[in-house]
Amino acid sequence: MRDPSSRPHAPVSAPLLRALGITKYYGTFCANDAIDLDLRAAEIHALLGENGAGKSTLVKIFYGLMQPTSGELQWLGKKIVLSGPSQARALGIGMVFQHFSLFDNLTVAENVALGLPPSESLATISARLSQLSQDYGLPLDPKRQVWRLSVGERQRIEIVRALMQNPKLLILDEPTAVLTPQEAEQLFVTLKRLKDEGRAILYISHKLEEVKRLCDTATILRAGKKVATSDPRQETAASLARMMVGADIGEVKVASGPRPSVPRLVVRDLNLEPDDPHGVRLSNISFQVSGGQILGIAGVAGNGQDELFAGLSGERLAPNAGAVVIDGTAAGLLSVTQRRRLGAAFIPEERLGHGTAPQMRLSDNALLTGHASGPMVHTGFIDRKAMLSAVDGITAAFDVRKSKRDPEAVSLSGGNLQKFMVGREVLREPVVLVASQPTWGVDAGAAATIRQALIDLAGHGAAVLVISQDLDELAEIADRIAVMFRGRLSDAIDAAGATRERLGLLMGGGEAAHQGVTHAVGA
Amino acid sequence: MRWVLERRLERSAGIALASPLIAIALTLVTMAVLFTLLGKNPLTALAVYFVDPLMDSYSLQEIGVKSTPLVMIAVGLSLCYIANVWNIGAEGQFLIGAVAGSWIAVRTHGSDAGLWVLPAMLATGAAAGAAYALIPAICKVRFGASEILSSLMLVYVADLLLDYLVRGPWRDPNGLNFPTTADFDAAATVPTLIEGGRLHMGALIALLVVAIATILLRNTLKGFEIRLVGAAPKAARFAGFNADQMVLFTFAVSGALAGLAGIIEVAGPIGHLQPGFSPGYGFTAIIVAFLGRLHPVGILIAGLFLALTFIGGEEAQISLKVPLDLTKVFQGILLFYVLACDSLILYRIRFVSSHRGPADGVA
Repeated sequence: MRDPSSRPHAPVSAPLLRALGITKYYGTFCANDAIDLDLRAAEIHALLGENGAGKSTLVKIFYGLMQPTSGELQWLGKKIVLSGPSQARALGIGMVFQHFSLFDNLTVAENVALGLPPSESLATISARLSQLSQDYGLPLDPKRQVWRLSVGERQRIEIVRALMQNPKLLILDEPTAVLTPQEAEQLFVTLKRLKDEGRAILYISHKLEEVKRLCDTATILRAGKKVATSDPRQETAASLARMMVGADIGEVKVASGPRPSVPRLVVRDLNLEPDDPHGVRLSNISFQVSGGQILGIAGVAGNGQDELFAGLSGERLAPNAGAVVIDGTAAGLLSVTQRRRLGAAFIPEERLGHGTAPQMRLSDNALLTGHASGPMVHTGFIDRKAMLSAVDGITAAFDVRKSKRDPEAVSLSGGNLQKFMVGREVLREPVVLVASQPTWGVDAGAAATIRQALIDLAGHGAAVLVISQDLDELAEIADRIAVMFRGRLSDAIDAAGATRERLGLLMGGGEAAHQGVTHAVGA
Repeated sequence: MRWVLERRLERSAGIALASPLIAIALTLVTMAVLFTLLGKNPLTALAVYFVDPLMDSYSLQEIGVKSTPLVMIAVGLSLCYIANVWNIGAEGQFLIGAVAGSWIAVRTHGSDAGLWVLPAMLATGAAAGAAYALIPAICKVRFGASEILSSLMLVYVADLLLDYLVRGPWRDPNGLNFPTTADFDAAATVPTLIEGGRLHMGALIALLVVAIATILLRNTLKGFEIRLVGAAPKAARFAGFNADQMVLFTFAVSGALAGLAGIIEVAGPIGHLQPGFSPGYGFTAIIVAFLGRLHPVGILIAGLFLALTFIGGEEAQISLKVPLDLTKVFQGILLFYVLACDSLILYRIRFVSSHRGPADGVA
């Protein structure tokens, strides 16, 4: 079964890879339920679905990382059993993961070499890599160390690494999640070229517009089951979304409460040294958010957003008190707890391990931020009743689905845990809320709930700062948008005037001169 | 067939309770094999170890006496371990507490100093234990030195200091050159609970420590802080808790408890300071802490059980002629099994049919 070239008896129209009744159980949980799928040469096939719909499980099976509980895979009409990724690669299946597996301190060529058989010398690999990256419009310098590269460049390494094996089928897991719009455009050009060469591409995404533009076929998964295979160009974004979610998603309503009042979150010339060697230095960050307003901070991940969040929350202290002003009080040197007592609330990007303690119960996780003020602590003693009623309140207000009243945080799905975290902070009625990637990896329904909550909070007079990579999200909820690039923050521009092109240029650090945009980047 | 460890969705509460029992059962089986290899009848040997000590009142009291320091030290250590702070040097803090408290006993020896002597000794012992424990804690916070190594190494410093004092300046002039201080005065002795018995007030203090620790961990914000810092350090920082302060706090508390246990031991059942007065309580307490699930009440039970092994080991040495070190072998095997069984709390064993190979890593 290791010999893909033998006996191509299958008819020409036979799919490259055919999945028949693929079923995968984790314990009693059914991640994939009898999924049939055909991937054909010279075709970009989208795999659509919400988080937890079973997309990742399915492609891991295709790549040999997992074994199906039942069902069969056929390669060019012949049954195959993939015992591991090396076997999948030998057949001609390549994969680009959403989370890169690169060594920061090695060069591009060294990283690529690690995935290849040790027979080739580094020099040959470098030469091939240069050639390949030029051919496909994926410019890469083989000698650069990975930590110096942008996320988009890192993704190129992963793609080139997969292409080095000359795959017949390339699987890409949410490739545009980390790219600027311009970088995404470049990627689409590359993908179309690969398709024209006769390769099959399996493209996993939940961005519907993208799928409509790029893909020839789309298979939609929902809750582990295949809903449909259709031509995405014949569908509307709304019809695709309906198939993904199984229901209509409510539109987010803009609040009509009191509009911008006094500045409640003011940041003035905030500078922070990175606290690890590959961190980002924050330089002269300045902005202000008034009550009733939502400021969006766009930017590709890893441009200082984490550092900015830490500087605002108080996990890292600013060099001087005046650098961060919360509701009129200079808070740059105050601790997280003291900032919470001033009425600030924070929602970090990482749900498990940062925003919540995974192995602790929800009631403990309510106490995690609730201990600063409120009824959960009396003179050093904790009040379990108050903690549980906080959990109940969040559950009711944000429709948190869970198996029992007070489960461990880790047992909740991503979307439900995110709703819990947002609810935990919003119900404290903060005057300032800082949220980082509030809907990252969350299903469409939960995302709508969360965005609505942020808008309503601003509507009640709070200043809301949302750090997000999702431009659509920012366009939907933010009043103004600023862009973070290499530790600097651009001036905030009105969301109405912020086109994707303009933001995309700022996100790539592009100078204004290129397209006649007059806003300078940073200070 | 092949078996793999698979992560559980939630921690298994059932296994968390059963794990020490499984570990004890496995240890007993291993010990039985060991006794067989030594040419002893395994059943008789195990009976000598674990049943005979429960049969007479002297041994029963002795179990209480031996479990007192174990429980006090282990409760302190459990706070460290819950917070993911690794104090391995409780034995040293135990010895330093004993030495510092004894200083008052030695200085007041033969005087008519009154009731203040014993409380002063206990307070000094606890304070010295805390101070000694703070050395590795400060080194960790300030310089990033591994607290595991520095706290362990300080055990030997304490051991040698004790040795020096009782062979030199504090040696009993009427002690026929034995390396020991004079017997402590009545005012410097922890009173026994029963007239003429062995069980002393220290046992009550140990129970009090268990009760306070239970409340601390269950009902206070500080207890939550300890648990959170250990379980999710980044989330703890986000909650506004300071990990460095937690290192200092847990080391100080566990050092104080070890030091207190040390002075109670010399001022109670032993009655004078001498080298080698500890059969390794500070190390055995590590096993007690884990066997007791890092829970104060569990530690109380585990402390009684480990005390039993000390008594049983002595009885076995006499009646079976097996080396006393077998007790340490037993304790080591027990810790090994407890830690091994603990992985079943987070993971389950699943059997997979063998024709499907493992996933051979991520590309």
